[in-house]
Amino acid sequence: MKRALWVLAVLLSHWRRHRMQFATLLIGLIAATALWSGVQAINQQARNAYDRAAATFGGARTAMLVAPDAATFSQDLFVKLRRAGWPVSPVLEGRVQINGRSVRLLGIEPVTLPVDVGNAPRLGASDLSSFVAPPGRTLVAKETLSDLQEQEGAAPPISSGAKLPPLHVQPQLVPGVLVVDIGVAQKLLNKPDQVSRLLIGKPKGKPAPLASVVGDRLQRIEPNAETELERLTDSFHLNLTAFGLLSFFVGLFIVNSAVGLAFEQRLPMLRTLRACGASARLVNTVLVIELVALALVAGLIGLVCGYFIAAALLPDVAASLRGLYGAQIPGQLTLRPEWWLAGIGISVAGALVAAATSLIKAIRMPVLATAQPYAWQQRQRRWLILQSIAACMVFAVALLLLRYGESLIAGFGVLAALMLGAALILPAFLDIILRVGQRAARGPLALWFWADSRQQLSGLSLALMALLLALAVNVGVSTMVETFSRTFVGWLNGRLAADVYISASDNAQAVAIRNWLKERSEVQAILSGGRAETQVQGQPVELFGLPDHALYRERWPLLETATRAWTRLVPGNAAFISEQLSRRLNVRVGDVVEVPAPGGTWELDIVGIYADYGNPKGQLAVNVAALIRQFPQTPQTRIGLIVPRDKISGLIAALQKQFALDDRSVADQATVKAESIRIFNRTFAVTSALNAFTLGVAGIALLTSLLTLANSRLPQLAPLWAVGITRPRLAAIELTKTLSVALFTSLLAVPLGLLVAWCLIAIVNVKAFGWRLPFHVFPLQLVELVAVALVASLLAAALPVARLARMQPADLVKVFANER
Amino acid sequence: MLSIRNLSKTFSAAAEPVHVLRGVDLDLKAGERVALTGESGSGKSTLLHLIAGLDAADGGSIRLEDTEVTKLSDAGRASLRRDRIGLVFQQYNLIPSLSVADNLAFQARIAGRHDAAWSRELVERLGLGTLLTRYPEQLSGGQQQRVAIGRALATKPSLLLADEPTGNLDEATAEDVLALTRDLVTRTGCGFLMVTHSLHLAATLDRHLTLHAGRIT
Repeated sequence: MKRALWVLAVLLSHWRRHRMQFATLLIGLIAATALWSGVQAINQQARNAYDRAAATFGGARTAMLVAPDAATFSQDLFVKLRRAGWPVSPVLEGRVQINGRSVRLLGIEPVTLPVDVGNAPRLGASDLSSFVAPPGRTLVAKETLSDLQEQEGAAPPISSGAKLPPLHVQPQLVPGVLVVDIGVAQKLLNKPDQVSRLLIGKPKGKPAPLASVVGDRLQRIEPNAETELERLTDSFHLNLTAFGLLSFFVGLFIVNSAVGLAFEQRLPMLRTLRACGASARLVNTVLVIELVALALVAGLIGLVCGYFIAAALLPDVAASLRGLYGAQIPGQLTLRPEWWLAGIGISVAGALVAAATSLIKAIRMPVLATAQPYAWQQRQRRWLILQSIAACMVFAVALLLLRYGESLIAGFGVLAALMLGAALILPAFLDIILRVGQRAARGPLALWFWADSRQQLSGLSLALMALLLALAVNVGVSTMVETFSRTFVGWLNGRLAADVYISASDNAQAVAIRNWLKERSEVQAILSGGRAETQVQGQPVELFGLPDHALYRERWPLLETATRAWTRLVPGNAAFISEQLSRRLNVRVGDVVEVPAPGGTWELDIVGIYADYGNPKGQLAVNVAALIRQFPQTPQTRIGLIVPRDKISGLIAALQKQFALDDRSVADQATVKAESIRIFNRTFAVTSALNAFTLGVAGIALLTSLLTLANSRLPQLAPLWAVGITRPRLAAIELTKTLSVALFTSLLAVPLGLLVAWCLIAIVNVKAFGWRLPFHVFPLQLVELVAVALVASLLAAALPVARLARMQPADLVKVFANER
Repeated sequence: MLSIRNLSKTFSAAAEPVHVLRGVDLDLKAGERVALTGESGSGKSTLLHLIAGLDAADGGSIRLEDTEVTKLSDAGRASLRRDRIGLVFQQYNLIPSLSVADNLAFQARIAGRHDAAWSRELVERLGLGTLLTRYPEQLSGGQQQRVAIGRALATKPSLLLADEPTGNLDEATAEDVLALTRDLVTRTGCGFLMVTHSLHLAATLDRHLTLHAGRIT
């Protein structure tokens, strides 16, 4: 043991003399662990939230019975089923408005509630009596209480004037939901004796067949292992994971570079240890222990950094998930012990993987192996050809995935293969460029410049690969976001046809508002809309009622259309379909879609396809009058108005005064547009932050590689100094060399980045969201990114170059000394 | 104490195998100081490496006291070097990240046989008292080699093997270093086998052997 400790002390003494190398190793491990763990923390937080949502008193994780048209049904069916031995429990669901905010209300029957409804909050015996007995309780998540700006114990009124039972915070309850006794819910939602669904518990015996009890009035929905929300958000989390992985690998590049050089520098030390009697097994074991110890320390620091990164990104991620998918994620980070363990594990595993080649070399090293410091870098050149062959194979995999892949994973696979292939082939590309430069060079210094750049390439290649990947991702994602942004704004301009939007609290108020508006001379048109929900081929579908008005014909953007599409919409037997739903159902213009409606199947001819960016649900746009005929319970609370621009503010003020409407219930087009764009920008804020992080890590990789290389550069530079080239000039040449290879890499990253953008737009987005955007290139943005990369390279090169410029002649002379 | 019989070693080269040692016989008594000379490539260093267990022989035997070195495993040879052999190289092979004091104590600590009094005596005899906190790169060649000798003798080995210990030193320094080594070897009573190119230095030891064409003459 003492012997091992002494060997460990000797190995560690190397780092004391090579502090920058030590810092490089730690930075690499910390960077790798931090971003990866940060992203994992965010994903874990989101998945916990989905679990909570899925388990909320019978979400998608519980088997249930629902009406075929997804409407409510009489609770008599519940009684009949209980009598027939079915362990069912009724749930009524609806929405209520509190303080101008729309919240989901769930009515449950706690006595019959199945005990196996996932991790739904449990109601204890004492809680049960308080929940059921008047005045009852409204269970609410802490986050929702704060959103509603209410205190625990308060009984806020809903828009109809009725009061909720006192609010009671229930841990584990999903945000955005209020849970009350079903009797209370029936009163609040004005649906006496109605039930939305029946949750099915574990039957004790064999109950009577369902059809024999309720006929075809109810159908069984089996529980899903994966919820709709999880399916929808998969791409988002995959995207985050991809960023985390990219940074993780860039971090490992740094570790690999630092460990590789440290190993070569320590070869004489290892040889001496062996010559002095430390066995190979002891030395190798201690080498591994040293690495694991360093990985543990760096992993812990990385986890703390990852926690802060996650905490900083979470509000944006929560906003993105809310904006894109309507998912409610708590803004406060809670982490499980598994996260810490996984983070430490990934740090140790990453360190071992990054150091694997060095460790294997150490294990196989004969005791008489001559130390060849820096030969490690030279040997990398042999890999150039192998790397290029591997790159071609990876490109072939990308092509195969592109041709035959159908899933989102295949889409990301194409991206990953493309980037991996590009990274592998980069050193060969740069070598060709530098070789061409060397052939074209005339003066001796120019010749040396190109030849030395080539020699340096092997040592820098990992860092340059990291820079290439980070930059390509930046170009790709920025192009995609900018394309999306411009398309979205153009689409929004057409989509927001009305000048003023009103959301009445209920149908009665909507009627009163309409009657009042008819008397106003400045109102040129009143456009009533409506929305209903149904299921088509097992997919949740939103039916969107469009008023028949010329404005829509002129402005509503359609991607594909049949002849006389708008005219065919009016009778009510035709519909436009959203792009994402058309892809999911594989429906084109001219096809027919059957929609289950309360009165029977509603057949709709598809006469147009429209973009519906940002909507996770599939949508069918139909004539609003036809929608109300087919779905009589559709709330008619949405009203759009056409008003001259100079009359808008006056009309809004009058509406607010007349009907006590707040800013959420009435807004002009500009406000709605600004809010949509704000949500859009927030949606991509997390992407921008991750972009910046990745580029930052790549910058660190370049800096650490240059610092590491700087130590081995003296034998190359000293002869030049000896023949009369000044130190500042040598420093300038070194800087130019670094910037040259960084520029070449950046220029290669541009086409790669555009290819990444194309993959994101044409493959990943289509598979993830169901919409495809037009592909645009933004030259100014590309120039900016290349400039940023060069500034990052300049900053990375500044320190080693400054050191060289200030280097004492005595240090350079040592190169020629015998006793060096 | 050291008995070598019919020792052979062949290296495979690109063109044809190189027979470096072709049946070497050698005996060395406790406390005896022997110089081994020979032209470059004659196998002097190889012989030293085989005795120290740094490399494996193709045939023959090496017996150090009661141990047959050629039969030892890697761990056994490591143990032999740790406990019974001291090694001095031309390139000093000090650990650059350790101070002089730590380098001196290095092998004794690895062997778990650190003797403070003997260490103090070594420091004094080698004249390293003022250099203990320095690092190898801050020392001259002669000073570095004195540290290497101190490190090798810190465990009071049975046999001290030196491979061109004065190869990097000027004549005066080389004589100083060798004189110190001779004194310390006498003081410890260990055997001493030194490979050298210098016939002058070889003549200062008890016996002078020459390796030629893979055999000792």
